[in-house]
Amino acid sequence: MANTYTLIAAVNVGAGGASSIDFNSISSSYTDLVLSLSVRTTQATTADDLLMRVNGDSTAGRYAYKDLYGNGSGSGSGGSTSASFNYVGRATGSTATNSTFASNQIYFTNYAGAITKSITFDGVTENNASGAFGDFLANSYNQTTAISSITVYPQSGASFVQYSTAYLYGVKNA
Amino acid sequence: MPNPTRIEVNCETGEVLEIELTDAEVQSLEDARVAEEARKAEEATAAALKAEAKAGILQRLGITAEEAELLLS
Repeated sequence: MANTYTLIAAVNVGAGGASSIDFNSISSSYTDLVLSLSVRTTQATTADDLLMRVNGDSTAGRYAYKDLYGNGSGSGSGGSTSASFNYVGRATGSTATNSTFASNQIYFTNYAGAITKSITFDGVTENNASGAFGDFLANSYNQTTAISSITVYPQSGASFVQYSTAYLYGVKNA
Repeated sequence: MPNPTRIEVNCETGEVLEIELTDAEVQSLEDARVAEEARKAEEATAAALKAEAKAGILQRLGITAEEAELLLS
């Protein structure tokens, strides 16, 4: 278990919304990172796919992901072994039940180590009807440089709405 | 009308910036939106075709979906 769990930075999206949320200049002094998201977007859907890049890197082939999901009607899996982004679940979209937000957590193990990065995700969208999802994801980033920035954004090109939040925590093992 | 903004947080200083997107960035988002809608439409079509093919097979075999699930379990 973590010895310390420190809030590094927090974002509360204001009335103007946000097309993306970026945490940069992240210290290498922690063991792991945790990014907690409560997010909803302007996209006309119940669940809007979320993407993530680290270190501003959009190079094709540096990311991979495997998704296991269920939506109440069924389950499935998907993924990519060579992508230009990580897939980090979904935000609740604008046609979902009012004032509901997805609840997501992204865990970056050994983010500053000189190794390929392993990043896990679990999260759910909210909707008082069909079209709510639960996702579990295994992501990887095949570069050995430390992660110093994290950017999350809707794949749809929509914006995060007001009251969406993102909290970045540092976890130390000693 | 102003362009949408993105949020950048400097974790070292704590500074939070709301930066208006450039016109090029806005266009890039619009391109992403159009591509995403096309992708979702394609997925929906593929799912509908798969459902139709599945229904056809069940009818040919003369079994229900529940019976097929039982056979495959």
